[in-house]
Amino acid sequence: MTMTKATDMTGSSASGKMNFGQLARDNGTFLALIALILINMIITPNFLQVQTLYVNLTQVATIAIVAIGMTLVIASAGIDLSVGAVMALSGALAPFVFLSEFGMASPGLALVLSIAVALLAGLLCGMFNGWLINQFAIQPIVATLVLFIAARGLAQVLTNGNLQVFDNPAFEFIGSGRVLGIPFQALMAVAFALILSWVVRRTAYGRYLLAVGGNAKAARLSGISVNRVRLATYAICGVLAGFAGMVVSAINSASDANQTGQLMELDAIAAAVVGGSNLMGGKAPIIGALIGAAIIQLVKYTLLANGVHDAVALIAKAVIIILAVYFQFNRSE
Amino acid sequence: MFGMFNRSRDLRTEGVWIAVVLVVIFATLRYDNFMGLYNVQTFFGYNSMFILIALGMALVIMTGGIDLSVGSVVALSSVVAAYASPYGIEVALPAALLTGIAAGAINAFLITKMRIVPFIATLAMMLGARGMALVLADNKSVSVDWTSNFTKFGLTRAFGLIPWAVILAAVVFLALWIMLERTTLGRRILTIGGNPEAAKLMGVPVNQTLAITYIISGACAGLAGVILASGFGAGQPLEGLGWELSAIASVVVGGTLLTGGVGSIPATLAGAVLLGLIFNILNFENGLGVISLSAYWQSVIRGGFLLIVVILQSRSGGGLARRRGTT
Repeated sequence: MTMTKATDMTGSSASGKMNFGQLARDNGTFLALIALILINMIITPNFLQVQTLYVNLTQVATIAIVAIGMTLVIASAGIDLSVGAVMALSGALAPFVFLSEFGMASPGLALVLSIAVALLAGLLCGMFNGWLINQFAIQPIVATLVLFIAARGLAQVLTNGNLQVFDNPAFEFIGSGRVLGIPFQALMAVAFALILSWVVRRTAYGRYLLAVGGNAKAARLSGISVNRVRLATYAICGVLAGFAGMVVSAINSASDANQTGQLMELDAIAAAVVGGSNLMGGKAPIIGALIGAAIIQLVKYTLLANGVHDAVALIAKAVIIILAVYFQFNRSE
Repeated sequence: MFGMFNRSRDLRTEGVWIAVVLVVIFATLRYDNFMGLYNVQTFFGYNSMFILIALGMALVIMTGGIDLSVGSVVALSSVVAAYASPYGIEVALPAALLTGIAAGAINAFLITKMRIVPFIATLAMMLGARGMALVLADNKSVSVDWTSNFTKFGLTRAFGLIPWAVILAAVVFLALWIMLERTTLGRRILTIGGNPEAAKLMGVPVNQTLAITYIISGACAGLAGVILASGFGAGQPLEGLGWELSAIASVVVGGTLLTGGVGSIPATLAGAVLLGLIFNILNFENGLGVISLSAYWQSVIRGGFLLIVVILQSRSGGGLARRRGTT
C-alpha cells in the first residue's frame, strides 16, 4: 500500500504535465466518459445540440466544484460530510445580505459583501471541521457530521425555513450568466480545477497534502505541519462548497435552505471516487473528479432523456460507483 | 451475570447512562406528563426504529466498518412490507426482514468478495436501495391493507401496555447484547475491529464475521421498515433520509469507537435514547410556552450536542485511540 502511494506521488510530480493517455491509464474513467458520449450520440435524440451541452454544463458545475474540494479532503485521508449543509448555509447567507435594508440602500457594495459573507461562511465551516479533527483527534466522518446536522439547521433558522426569492441580475450571473457563450459556473469549475491541480502538483502544500494522506505519521516525522495542511484542506473544501451554494441560489433566483445541497456530499464523494480518488488518501486526481462529475451527470441525463424512471438513475449511479472502485482496486494490485 | 457489565465499565460508556439519568430526572421534575404512560409509550414506540438501526450500526462500527445504507433499506423494506400487508404481519414481517437481509448480504458481498471499502460499498447500496424503493413504489407512498392484522402491529399494544414495536426492539437488543458479550461471534467482532491483521493471524474467519455484521445491520433496518409501514399506515419510499447519520451519531454518543474494537450494545441503546430525549424535551419545552423554538433549532441543538459529546469523548478516550495508533 505504501509502495503504490509512493510511486503515485513521484509519478505525478515527476511527469508534471498530464496528457490524455496518462489520464486514461490513471483513471480509466476518461474512456468511460468518451464511451458514454458515443452511446448518447447514437441513442439519445438531439444529443449533439448546443442546448444539451448547456443543460449538462449548468447542472454538472455545482457537483464538480464541490467534488474538487472533496478530492483534496479525500487526498488527506479524510472525508467531508458537511458540504451540502454548508452549501445551504452560504446559499442562504448571500441573499440575506443583499436583501437587507443596507443591501437595498447600496446594491453594489452589498453584492460584493454578500459574496464575501457566503465565502467566509464556507471558509469558517471548513476551518471548524479542520480544527475539530486536529484539536480533538476526532475522525473526519464524525467531526463533519456535526456541521452536516447543524449548518443546514442554521440556514433554516436564518430563513425560518422559507424560500428567499430575489431579483438581482448581478448576483444571478453566478448561476445563469454566460461568458463567451459558456455558462459562468462551468468556467469557474474548470478554473478551480486547473488552479488546484497546479497547486497540488507544483506547490509545497500539494506535496504535503499527498504526504499527509499517504502516511500522516511519516509526514509529521519529516517535519510537515500535518495540522496546518489539514486545516487548509478543509478550509478550501468549505470555500468551494460555499461558492457552489451561491451558484444554486443564483440559478433558482431563490435560496432554499431545505433543499440546497441535499445529498450533495454523496454526489461529490461519488464523483471523486469515480475520478480515481482513493479513500485511504494520498491521491488527488482533481481533473479526474471533473470527469467523474461529468460521468455521473451524463448517466443521469442519458436515462432521463431516454424516458427511464428517475429512480433507476439512482440504481445506475450505484452500479457505476461500484464498478469504478472495483476496477481501480484491481489495477492497483 | 455481573460479568456482562465488565466491558461497559469505563467513562465513555458510563457517561452516556449518567447523561440519560440526569436528563430524565430534569425532565420528570420540569414537565408534568413526561413520565406519563402516553409519553413513555409514544417515545419508545417511535424511537424503536432508531434504536434498531443504531444497534445494527453499532456492530458494523465495532468491526471498524460503516453502513450508510440503513436509511434507504428502511424505506425499501417498508415498501415491501406494505405490499405484503394483505397477507398479514406473519408474512409482511418476514418479507421485510428478508429484504433487509438481502441488502445486508449484498453489502457483505461487495465488501468481503469485491474488496470495496465499506464506506463506498454501503454508499452505493444507499443509492441502490433508495432507487429500488422508488421503482417498486412507483414514486409514491404505498398504502397498507387496513383489513389485515398488519396495522395492528404498529398501532396496538401487547397486554394493552407495551407497543409491539418496542417488544421487537427489546428482543433484538437482548439477542445482540448476549451475542456480543457471551458468544464467540461477539468476541470475533471486537477482535476484528481492534486489529484485523492480528485477527486473521489468530484464525478468526474475518470475512465471514464481517458478512454477518452487515447482514444483521440490514436485518435491523428491515425490521425498522416494518415498524414504519405498520405504524404510519404506508410504505414510504422517501422516508429514512439521513437516518444512517442519526444512527452513527447514536453509536458515537454511546461511546463506541468509530475505529472499531471497542463498543457496547447497552450504551448504544442509551445513545439512541439520549438523542431521542432531546427532541422529546424540546417538544415539551415548546408546549410549556416558555420558549418557542422552531423545529429548525432542533438540528442546531442536536449538532451542538453531538459536538460536545465527541469532544468529551476525545478527551476521555484519546489515550486509548492514540495507543492503538489510529489517530
